Amino acid sequence: MAQLIKDGALIENTWVLVTPEDNGIPANGDIIVSLSCWQEQKQALKNRAGKVAVCLEPGQEPAEIAADLADLPMIAINFPVFADGRGYSYARELRTRYGYQGEIRAVGDVLQDQLFYMWRCGFNAFDIRADKDAAEALKGLNDFTVTYQGDARDPRPIYRRSSV
Amino acid sequence: MYVYQDYDQRLLDERVAQFRDQTQRYLDGKLREDEYRPLRLQNGLYVQRYAPMLRIAVPYGMLDSKQLRMLAHVCRTWDKGYCHVSTRQNIQFNWPDLQDVPDILAALASVQMHGIQTSGNCIRNTTTDEFAGVNPKEIADPRPWCELIRQWSTFNPEFAYLPRKFKIAVNAVPDEDPALIGVHDIGVQIVKADNGDIGFQVWAGGGLGRTPMTGEIIGEFVAREDLLSYLEAILRVYNKYGIRDNKYKARIKIIVKAMGREKFRELTEREFAELKGGPMTLTEAEMARMIASFPAPAYAALTDMPSELQQALASDKAFNRWYHTNTRAHKQPGYRAVTLSLKKTGRVPGDITDNELDAVAELADRYSFGEVRNTHQQNMVLADVRQDQLFDLWQALDKLGLATPNLKLLTDIVACPGGDYCSLANAKSIPIAEAIQRRFDDLDYLHDIGELDINISGCMNACGHHHIGHIGILGVDKKGREYYQITLGGRGDKVSRIGDKMGPSFESDEVADVIEKIVNLYVEKRHDDELFIDTYERIGIEPFKESVYGSAD
Repeated sequence: MAQLIKDGALIENTWVLVTPEDNGIPANGDIIVSLSCWQEQKQALKNRAGKVAVCLEPGQEPAEIAADLADLPMIAINFPVFADGRGYSYARELRTRYGYQGEIRAVGDVLQDQLFYMWRCGFNAFDIRADKDAAEALKGLNDFTVTYQGDARDPRPIYRRSSV
Repeated sequence: MYVYQDYDQRLLDERVAQFRDQTQRYLDGKLREDEYRPLRLQNGLYVQRYAPMLRIAVPYGMLDSKQLRMLAHVCRTWDKGYCHVSTRQNIQFNWPDLQDVPDILAALASVQMHGIQTSGNCIRNTTTDEFAGVNPKEIADPRPWCELIRQWSTFNPEFAYLPRKFKIAVNAVPDEDPALIGVHDIGVQIVKADNGDIGFQVWAGGGLGRTPMTGEIIGEFVAREDLLSYLEAILRVYNKYGIRDNKYKARIKIIVKAMGREKFRELTEREFAELKGGPMTLTEAEMARMIASFPAPAYAALTDMPSELQQALASDKAFNRWYHTNTRAHKQPGYRAVTLSLKKTGRVPGDITDNELDAVAELADRYSFGEVRNTHQQNMVLADVRQDQLFDLWQALDKLGLATPNLKLLTDIVACPGGDYCSLANAKSIPIAEAIQRRFDDLDYLHDIGELDINISGCMNACGHHHIGHIGILGVDKKGREYYQITLGGRGDKVSRIGDKMGPSFESDEVADVIEKIVNLYVEKRHDDELFIDTYERIGIEPFKESVYGSAD
């Protein structure tokens, strides 16, 4: 069953997370690698067949990959626990400071009740934690129809929107 | 008061629906306790010693009579007939059943009330001077800015999972700190520039709890339109760099201290540079709309000291005493601001019953334009009372037991719910408060002692603000027994200052004796017109230690 929500719909995940325990980098296919892996093997990774994404952990700021954004069609941001909110600032920074247009995917402890805020901060893909029903989780994107602040999707706070 | 627009109400209703669904999923076993916990906390729901505790936000302390009546209804229908005014100007219910909470929140939402962000690691209810708008000393009414902060902080998507709770207070009075901005994560001081423009001096890094400290000035002068951008900049820095692996070091004060004010300011300014002039900038229309949301009520053209008041003051000693203790000067001629004391001996500090809430609502409608404020000292205020009606109001309050003339005096004790309710507490607070009140039961003596803040917290979290009490009392646990540590010289009046620890702690039945010894020494040593805190600051802690612990040799 699909666990990935992207742009508001459930889809199959085609990306594979490559960890140090894996025996090397697979020759093809779309992979997600750690920041250190990317920094150490950037050229080799760019030359291989298949796309590459970097996964940022809490404490690894977007500034570290700011120069590489054009080479990265996707950036994953890991939530080891959902209550660690640094990833919200990272996603927002990628969108508003660096103008990143690619996919920003939340991975790790990703749950229904945080999706609305994540979406507003610029995440557009959510790899729902494996034990949860992703179809249920999808509802979390529609918790609210009103927002006071501007956000990564619409920079205008409510007092600058003419519709209100 | 701020009047909800359709979209404000819709947002609130959507929140109720969201929480109802979350609670149902929790009860159905689809949400684990650790997943549900931050969600319920951000709706004000704690699981406590005997029952859940539900904390309801009272933005900057303002309530109207309709809301008071709804609180009374909640007390009656879902609780045990009373609630509690907290030191963040909020309201707490002690006995709701978890499965009833969605219904309680739905009922409260019908009068624009909620528990949003009253707990959890997010931006909490913004507080201010309970005399906002009527304080003759204020530079400008702080409430429009509080409401702007409320909206900016409500469901701000980037700051819902901060390292720790985050408290903001706004003060508009120069040279006094009625909102305690010095001990807030962010303190906003309204200032006036030389050219007459209003702006903000922004403090950061104050806080009580473990490692109490006063904040530092980060922004010397932030222009009005930049207020939210500047706050956003500080929160971005905190969200990224606040400590997350040790909850005792997670408040912003720790990183401000660790990196130093200059470094923190530099990081803030860098974020602010990106935001300044951008879409967050407050528009003139929005600032004007907010200021217009807090109009002066329809005051009558009156003069101070009408004959009715003069006569009552001359003929009734008890009224006279109450007038001088529990009412204060007002911007508008012919009016006074009245504080209802929730500190009668025997009453749990800050507790109020359903019938009393209804009665206060009635009095608010009759005497004070239907509005009431909660104070961070756990009392209530009717802010706009005609002087020629003070005597009538006093009689009504006296009947209700809400006219104890002890405001700011020793028995006006601030106390958290403590070990009687709270699962975090190491020790009880309420019986300690009562023991002290009973010891000082002579009103003449109480007035002779004069202003003296006693604050009691049942644990380090310092909900009773013990660090800033002139006398602070902290409950500690020693091998399963309740002990109390005393601090002296804290202040939360003109300035914020953290009190000094006196020495070894005391057993519960010793506390009233110790307080009496401290007060006796003050009475012995004071100069004419010296308050307790003045004497303390003149003679220091040593004589007090000696009077309590005996001579060192």
